Amino acid sequence: MLQYITSYLDPNTKGTPGDVGNIFWAFVYIVLIFLGLSVAVIAMNWLERKILAHMQIRLGPMRVGPHGLLQPIADAIKLLIKEDIMPTEADKLVFWAAPLIVVITAFTTFIVVPFGPSHAVTDMNIGVLFMLGVSSLSVLGVVMAGWASNSHYPLMGALRSSAQMVSYEVAMGLAVVSAVLMTSLSGIGIYATGSASTGTGTLSMIGIVQSQMMQQTWFAFKFFPLGLIALFIFAVAMVAETNRAPFDLPEAESELTAGFHTEYSGFRWSLFFLAEYSAMIAVSSIAVTLWLGGWLRPFPNWLSGETWDMVFSLFPGLTFLVLAGICFFSTMRMPKHPYFRVQTIGLAGFGAALAVIGLALFVPPVRDRIQDIYWFVAKVAVFMYLYIWYRGTFPRYRFDQLMKVGWKVLLPVGLGVLILTAVAGVF
Amino acid sequence: MTDPTTYISHLELGERDETFLDSNELIINMGPQHPATHGVLRVILKLDGEKVLGTECVIGYLHRGVEKIAEHRTYAMFNPYVDRMDYVAAVSNGLGYCEAVEKLLNVEAPPRANYVRVILTELNRLASHQLWLGTHALDIGAITPLFYTFRDREEILKIFEKYCGARLTTHAFRIGGCLYETYDGFEREVKKFLDFLEPKIDEYEELLTTNRIWVERTKGVGRISAADCKSLGVTGPVLRASGVKWDLRKAQPYAAYSDFEFDIPTGENGDTYDRYLVRMAEMRQSVRIIRQAVDRIPEGPIMAKIPKVIKPPVGEIYHSIEAPKGELGYFVVSDGSTQPYRVRVRPPSFVNLQALDLMVHGQLVADVIAVIGTLDIVLGEVDR
Repeated sequence: MLQYITSYLDPNTKGTPGDVGNIFWAFVYIVLIFLGLSVAVIAMNWLERKILAHMQIRLGPMRVGPHGLLQPIADAIKLLIKEDIMPTEADKLVFWAAPLIVVITAFTTFIVVPFGPSHAVTDMNIGVLFMLGVSSLSVLGVVMAGWASNSHYPLMGALRSSAQMVSYEVAMGLAVVSAVLMTSLSGIGIYATGSASTGTGTLSMIGIVQSQMMQQTWFAFKFFPLGLIALFIFAVAMVAETNRAPFDLPEAESELTAGFHTEYSGFRWSLFFLAEYSAMIAVSSIAVTLWLGGWLRPFPNWLSGETWDMVFSLFPGLTFLVLAGICFFSTMRMPKHPYFRVQTIGLAGFGAALAVIGLALFVPPVRDRIQDIYWFVAKVAVFMYLYIWYRGTFPRYRFDQLMKVGWKVLLPVGLGVLILTAVAGVF
Repeated sequence: MTDPTTYISHLELGERDETFLDSNELIINMGPQHPATHGVLRVILKLDGEKVLGTECVIGYLHRGVEKIAEHRTYAMFNPYVDRMDYVAAVSNGLGYCEAVEKLLNVEAPPRANYVRVILTELNRLASHQLWLGTHALDIGAITPLFYTFRDREEILKIFEKYCGARLTTHAFRIGGCLYETYDGFEREVKKFLDFLEPKIDEYEELLTTNRIWVERTKGVGRISAADCKSLGVTGPVLRASGVKWDLRKAQPYAAYSDFEFDIPTGENGDTYDRYLVRMAEMRQSVRIIRQAVDRIPEGPIMAKIPKVIKPPVGEIYHSIEAPKGELGYFVVSDGSTQPYRVRVRPPSFVNLQALDLMVHGQLVADVIAVIGTLDIVLGEVDR
């Protein structure tokens, strides 16, 4: 048993737990991803409210904990102990199943997300396809939620949502295909285990990143500007796919009160919330993997060499130290009134914890292993910030305009990019 | 009397179409508790998918019987009640009522009082338009302008508070003039505010005017022609956006408006985008008017000589002013006693709301929200 566990840690074992077939480590990875995702959603909740608030000259949550740091936890507790309301006219089974489907599909996609060359639960040779397929299943949950509520506004929200998701899936798929084409075009097809085979591309998430590594370019910058256009199409389509502003019609609160989840409350509602944020992270991970080099650090060609490797490997620790510094700075600025003593100590403690983590990340064995994950998360975080930025800036599209953008703009451009990518690859 | 809670619409569903899939039109209730109906407006919508086939407004949820109350109050006692109608433009309401009673009494407010009235009314127009802009943008999905406009509107409310002690329902004017003399530094503070506000108006426009999504959402939406406006009695920025140059401040000047230079901004297409542009231009014109008024404010008494007990001669009067939302008229009938025999208010929101059905017919659900926002209604004034 113990041998079974330690066998994976053998440096000769290459690949993800799924590839090796080690169930124990696969399970550990699943738990880690689940925990990490939950923490990420909680952090996103706080960050979104804070960033949006500062864009809108407000303070955002300030009361629960220093600078509202405990607000998401307070919200979670509130949601959990709220009364669970199910409309009497609702279709009970479907109403019960809808949030589960949404949340399960959102989490399942993370099986193939590569946080590093071997940091994934498993690596499928159809990774991208699996991810797109599973994440688009969530529309089923949305439609079910709208239907089962047996109410007008949720029904309309669900209809909008299904139409929207279906039409943006097409443009999204075209953009993805153009990225997948790029993996084969240089004549180096890489499969998950790292063995090179000539002439074939790959759909494996890890294979795509490795292919970017071999070709020494991120696909966003390949065949300039084709890669960038494909990334742009994907970036627009993914906002529509996750129902976020400016494409948040299914839950347009000023039109349909809350869209498909109007009738949901308490824990069931929080599942939708969880799923929305997980889905945002999932599609951002696809974008990062396909176009922005996944776990690869920036400027590997320009700033190459051991020194630069060393410098870039310090980034994870430095990031945490900077965060700790911000915490300490805020601690100094806390009001000196005794009422705030607990909060001040808490904030200083939080800063200290971040600093300890930051220092731990400088220790060489940790430093080397954490890098891939750090760069991946950092790139995803950029997309998350964009999501919040959009929400603070854009008005909402109307339904027909949304369809117009999807079918008349993104689809033809996506087709064009796909064809041009193929042509560019031949010459 | 129909009980609004059980009211059933006269909109009728069409025939069930069972040829392909069993499909039918849908009747849904928007409001009275809905985030985008600006209060307790209830709109019954008949929908074919997302397309609006018919609408019906059910109003009266905020009815307080303001006109009836007037019959049991003296002229001076009724004055604060008018503030509660259009509560975002309370100063305008007060101005209209006070001037109507003054006309009935045949007295005129002294010039200084008129200038103060113009300054405060125009400040209130700015506040009202800012509130409109914020909520209108919020309805269309841009959540940020709301906070910008509220930040700046706060400064206006501070001036009101300093002047008369109240922020929203100000009761700033009295029959015959103003009760309070301006506080020390009033002119300076107003000027400072105008210098502060002008770049902010540019800031709002930067966020929206050329924003692709904003233009798509508002251009060609809720179009209404000048002829339709006239036949429905629609006034204010909605009328002007349809190309009619009609502003009571110019057409039949009241208070001190004849002393000032300003333009009447008009639109061409009569759509939501034009109404947005007209209101933005109006804010700039208001700034212009206030600047002139503050510079030229005359010395003198602030209250005319009026009797302690207001007892107008028998007669009736209709007086209307250009409120931020359109023509606000007061029809006051006096029977010679201390209480008005009848006060009838012509609220701009109520009349403008009638255009809703015409404007959204054949458009989408999202447009209904945009049109309700662009009509700039206040339910306190619609229901009175």
